Amino acid sequence: MDLFEYQGKQYFARYGIPVSPGGVADTADEAVAEADRAGYPVVVKAQVQVGGRGKAGGIKLAGDAAEVRRHAEAILGMDIKGHVVRRLWIEHASDIAREYYASFTLDRSAKLHLGMVSSRGGVDIEQVAAEEPDAIARHHIDPVEGLTAEAAASLVGRAGLDKEAREGAIELLVKLYRCFVEGDAELVEVNPMILTPDGRVHALDAKVTLDESAAFRHPEWAELTNFQDLDDRERLAREKGLNYIGLSGTVGIIANGAGLAMSTLDVVNQVGGSAANFLDVGGGANADVMANALEVINTDDNVRSILVNIFGGITRVDEVAKGIVEALGRVKLRAPIAMRLDGTNVAEGRALLADHQSDRLISLPTMLEAARKAVELAGGAGGTR
Amino acid sequence: MSIFVDEHTKVAIQGLTGGQGRFHGLRNRDYGTKVVAGVTPGKGGQDVEGIPVFDTVAEAVAATGANASFVSVPPRAAPAATLEAAAAGIPFIVCITEFIPAQDEALLYNQLRRDHPASRLLGPNCPGIISPGKCNIGITSGDIALPGGPVGIVSRSGTLTYQALNELSLQGVGQTTCVGIGGDPVPGTGFIDCLAAFEADPETRAVMMIGEIGGTEEERAAEFMAKDMSKPVVAYIAGVTAPSGKRMGHAGAIISGSSGTARAKMDALDAAGAIVAQNPTEAGELMVEVVHKLA
Repeated sequence: MDLFEYQGKQYFARYGIPVSPGGVADTADEAVAEADRAGYPVVVKAQVQVGGRGKAGGIKLAGDAAEVRRHAEAILGMDIKGHVVRRLWIEHASDIAREYYASFTLDRSAKLHLGMVSSRGGVDIEQVAAEEPDAIARHHIDPVEGLTAEAAASLVGRAGLDKEAREGAIELLVKLYRCFVEGDAELVEVNPMILTPDGRVHALDAKVTLDESAAFRHPEWAELTNFQDLDDRERLAREKGLNYIGLSGTVGIIANGAGLAMSTLDVVNQVGGSAANFLDVGGGANADVMANALEVINTDDNVRSILVNIFGGITRVDEVAKGIVEALGRVKLRAPIAMRLDGTNVAEGRALLADHQSDRLISLPTMLEAARKAVELAGGAGGTR
Repeated sequence: MSIFVDEHTKVAIQGLTGGQGRFHGLRNRDYGTKVVAGVTPGKGGQDVEGIPVFDTVAEAVAATGANASFVSVPPRAAPAATLEAAAAGIPFIVCITEFIPAQDEALLYNQLRRDHPASRLLGPNCPGIISPGKCNIGITSGDIALPGGPVGIVSRSGTLTYQALNELSLQGVGQTTCVGIGGDPVPGTGFIDCLAAFEADPETRAVMMIGEIGGTEEERAAEFMAKDMSKPVVAYIAGVTAPSGKRMGHAGAIISGSSGTARAKMDALDAAGAIVAQNPTEAGELMVEVVHKLA
């Protein structure tokens, strides 16, 4: 789960990481109230999970209440690369002497934690990594041992941070690592981490990705999920407990297993179509799950056909077939279904569906043929809207 | 032959008295796997359909000679259960548990590496391992596998593994061992571990590798193939059309920035001499061709 900047800053604050004083605003009035509280000048920042907010006009400096109101009214409702701004973060504008970078993540190759610090902050770190790899100091941390103050000091030293920033940066790093581990984050990133003219180091931005598998030990996360950057389809799918990702094509996809679902997207693409979504109904997909899945896909205006691709292992194909039949009775589908069912109890499953075959429900023996049929039903190659 | 497990493998099931452990454990026994013990703290002395249950793994090992463990317990308890198996001297541990927090998983991996280097963990969040006709630990349906080799399979995805097994079996091409390493970010056993084992196994004559987006394990596997592998490999990577920044079901399946794309993995495997298939069906067909050429 990716946090918005304001959520990331609030999360940082829980672990004692210094952030600018500020608050959340959903209206221009609230923005002015938060600005009065934070102290002028303030920065008005659009809360969207997409890069390039500043360039799009989603980040503005304001010297007084009138200016805050003007910017807030302009930014709220703004569309930034398909993300509509519903919320603002208002914070006191910081004086910046220097900008740095700091992050912790898991290095999957080394199977260790990786800390990275750079004296080149405030810019795209991937670009720094590509152009000036030596400008980033890296340190692998064994999760069994954790980050020592000595290791943090070495990172800061190797990154070449200014002398007056070092003590504050070391302190921030130790807290940031605690936030990463105890806060069950997959990524914590501060870009920029700034040095102020009066010698303080703090986080001017916050990028935090939380590991949803750890939600059971973080009751405080419940409020974070209320304002996720999901589209309507994804919101409905989440409510129904489905593993769904919205895409922009015309073929609705239902498959069992993440690998098979991903693979189904690929095959649809190979035969000239495009998927409207990723949807893994998982193991043991029963009538309820199938009906929910079809219902979510049915809300997608772009969908012209539906491809059901099931390989039964533990999942029994006859159960899935029963689910489809039941779902057909419960949901009035906007698009025809092409399906491929294979694996455990496939004969029973196909028999169950035999009576329901029509030009709206077509069974095909292989994944490839079913994908071709679905793409044809969607209007053929170039069916993307 | 086979890799990691065979007809001599004696399995203890941690969580045998739970719903999932019982279901899969009994299925594994029905397949012919030597399931010798169950382990559930506080339930020692009971039995599940004749399989004796012990309070600890150590007791199970002492009483039955178990040399493998199947961990089927909830995410909160799975790391401790895995460490208990390793501490009891179990050399091969299969953990199918999904949704273990990534921080716990990274910690577990490094605890095992430091304190129990002799134990191999398969998983977490994997379908398990089957050496057809000999031993099946996990959730794979035994009836879609065909004994006798000559193909070894290693995969990050469960359903794609079943699909591969099924297609090969229908064509009369058997398997030595099929290993599901799972789709989590820090798997205990990786592609290279399995490729090396298949390379060393005289009965395995070709390998099917099924990868997906996220991480760089497939690229590292390609490096290994180029340097240390003589046997033919057919590879398939799922997720060519997956968008960046979206997690595709598995905890590890995510493209971040330019890292983890299917295209990069396919290019690396192709450059390493693997036969790269465009879809799972083609992977099956290409493997059948490879096997027919071997014969």
